[in-house]
Amino acid sequence: MKLFGRKEKSSGEILAGGENAIANKEVEGLSQGQIVRRRFFRHRAAVIALITLSSIIVFVMTALDTKIGPVRIPGWWKWTVEDIPELRFEDCPGGTTGCPTLSINPSGEFGMGSHPFGQDDIGRDYFALVMNGARRSLMIMFVIGTVSGFIGVVVGSIAGFYGKRVDSVLMRLVDFIQTVPGIIIAAVIGKAAGRVGPLFLALFLGLLGWTGLARLVRAQFLQLREMEFVDAARVAGASNIRIAFKHILPNAVGQIIVSVTLIMAGAILTETALSYLGFGVVAPDVSLGLLISQYESSFTTRPWLFWWPGFFIISIALCVNFIGDGLRDAFDPRQRRRITKKDRLQAKVQTKAGA
Amino acid sequence: MILFGSSFLVYNLAAYASDPLAELRLSTDDGARQQIIALTRDLQLDVPPPVRYFLWLKGVLGLFVGKLNLGMTREASSVQEELAYAIPVTLRLVLVATITALILGLALGIISALRQYSRFDYGMTFLAFLLYSLPIFWVAVLLKEFMAIQFNNFLSEPNIPIRWMIIFSVFIGIFWSSLFGGERKRFWSVFGGAFATSFVILWAIDLTDWYLNPGLGPILIAFLAVGVAFGVTAISNGLNNVPAKKAALTMAGFAVLWYYPAQWIFNNLGSYLTIFALIVLIVLSGLGVSRIFSKIDRGPIARTAIITGIISGFLIVVDRIMQSWDDYRATDAVNGRPVPTYGQRKDQLVTDDFWLNNLDIIMHLVLPTLALILISLAGWIRYSRGALLEVLNQDYIRTARAKGLNERVVITRHAFRNMMLPLSSLFVGEFVGLVGGAVITERVFGWQGMGTLGIKAINSYDLNLLMGVNLLLSILVISGNLIADLVYSALDPRIRLGK
Repeated sequence: MKLFGRKEKSSGEILAGGENAIANKEVEGLSQGQIVRRRFFRHRAAVIALITLSSIIVFVMTALDTKIGPVRIPGWWKWTVEDIPELRFEDCPGGTTGCPTLSINPSGEFGMGSHPFGQDDIGRDYFALVMNGARRSLMIMFVIGTVSGFIGVVVGSIAGFYGKRVDSVLMRLVDFIQTVPGIIIAAVIGKAAGRVGPLFLALFLGLLGWTGLARLVRAQFLQLREMEFVDAARVAGASNIRIAFKHILPNAVGQIIVSVTLIMAGAILTETALSYLGFGVVAPDVSLGLLISQYESSFTTRPWLFWWPGFFIISIALCVNFIGDGLRDAFDPRQRRRITKKDRLQAKVQTKAGA
Repeated sequence: MILFGSSFLVYNLAAYASDPLAELRLSTDDGARQQIIALTRDLQLDVPPPVRYFLWLKGVLGLFVGKLNLGMTREASSVQEELAYAIPVTLRLVLVATITALILGLALGIISALRQYSRFDYGMTFLAFLLYSLPIFWVAVLLKEFMAIQFNNFLSEPNIPIRWMIIFSVFIGIFWSSLFGGERKRFWSVFGGAFATSFVILWAIDLTDWYLNPGLGPILIAFLAVGVAFGVTAISNGLNNVPAKKAALTMAGFAVLWYYPAQWIFNNLGSYLTIFALIVLIVLSGLGVSRIFSKIDRGPIARTAIITGIISGFLIVVDRIMQSWDDYRATDAVNGRPVPTYGQRKDQLVTDDFWLNNLDIIMHLVLPTLALILISLAGWIRYSRGALLEVLNQDYIRTARAKGLNERVVITRHAFRNMMLPLSSLFVGEFVGLVGGAVITERVFGWQGMGTLGIKAINSYDLNLLMGVNLLLSILVISGNLIADLVYSALDPRIRLGK
């Protein structure tokens, strides 16, 4: 009875709706979040990228053991980085050793085998190595994104909100950090960080990467603080901090998020490049860039040692970039929906019907 | 001022983060103790870093009295000399890459903005994202493998398998047909045309073994020059402009007439001076030709004539360089493997021949430049597309269209010029960014440039060398920003500095 009633109600809604459904929606009003979410999910590439990235993260994070203090969460993959199983050399091409056992044959069977990505020189499972490296790179990427995002927003908003003296001092600081050649100083620190660990490296890279974001946030603040709603808030007695973070910042959040995704996509490339040069993550720790630089010379004979880390770098960076693009479209108020062929046809039919 | 602060910071960071004597301290060798003493004396390591910085600064400030002193490296050679050797190498790499990427990226970006939401546009967007996400060292290694090693192997036994011809032609076909777009019928006809053309060209290349003995020859140059003449006229004056067309065609004719004399000049007097003289000649004759053919509006017509002349002349030079290809392959230093993977010059190649030397430089440039281009192309495609779309939405574009100007004039005169404004300031930034990218490229391809110096400095804890590289890069960034501001305000009268 209850079920029936509900059903009837909903069908009644549809009947009443139909053509007016969209108009009703507009009257009902959507929150900023809802609009953005809707726009984002309409961006097909971004959604695909989001799904891919989250599955890569889950896949990578669960593959190996995770240690949080004394607690040890076992991963689902049978080898770890420390294991040194026997080198496989049956049916490998051209007398090489440790070739991959992954088979994705459309006619044959799908199988991971014992070492899907192959083995390295001494027989360590390459799948475990790549997973570990990807995990390291992802971690560094998020740390850099968070640190430089935070500093960039704080510095940019203070500079933009207070203007004048504060602004010019902070902007000189930005200039100053920009003149420090990033890759050189990062390499110096990275060389020292080999002793300290990748987390420190990530923190430091984060300390260098916020300048672009700070400029962006400052420009937004300079523009927004002249708006009438800021005056209104001030008249209502809001404090400076409240105005800056409750009234202005939400209006700039779109650009900030987009910029942070771009920083993150750049960060993973920087980290791998540094590790490739030997200044980032150093052995015995594993990172994707380090794996590539270690096996660069064996590309001709054992290409799989080269392909897989590269594949992971590219797919992570590509996904983050596409998500950033989707977010940009979603937050851009000027953006309208593009007119598709279908829309044009519908419009034609309607005008004909009207005439 | 900023330079002072940042170099102070870097100096001290680097000085505290690294210990140049660490390795020697660990060694038990007798000589090590003496080396420590010698290094300490030479590099003044007993002075604490903040104070030592001012000693170093004194040397730098010597620049103003004509005695620049950047200190000594660990191997007791002067830092200035090392830098003086490295700078041209890096600049050559980065300049060529930036300019090529700029031209290509602009062209692709503009086309994809003009065909917004077409297949071509989507393809370019995806390509740009893909290039954005490529790690440069990974690309460089791939290029080394496929463009150099495999291509050299291919040259030793040259014939293109038919399968590859088809695959390649399909790609060319897809490119052109997505470029022209349109309805399904047009799509397929363009696709078919492009496919057939490229297939025939590949076939001809394969039959004549062109890649063993390349060259354009007078006939091909004549065709290309006429094509260039029409192309340049169409873009800059419109094909309805008869004097412009005549002037451009005359210049193309000149180029063909000059083919054999030019060969003689090139063979006997090959030098940069000759090429410069020929360029001057082309410009003068371009001015003359436009004077003959036009009564009014001489400026644009002269421009068309000169551009046509220079491009045709460039074709002749390319042809001449191609003629050296066979000799180049045959030299002992090259030994039949012309695409090098390492170094910026072949030291074994000792020759006086201007063209052989240049071909050598070009061949060494190809792969590193390609790697850098691939990386920076993405940015240019996105920037120029965005900038043009932004401009096309402006009111003055609507006005221009409304007053009946044709689309070519609207795009080239009204839209293109305004779109270049924001891009001009980006150019400097991109250039500086590429210097950073060049560090990695140099490492992969074994160039002895600034990046290699920097890496060497960091690895051997060579503070003076590191500071030399660092100083140069900082100067580059600061002067780059300054130039960007100046260029922007010079181009855009709406912006006035110091207001």
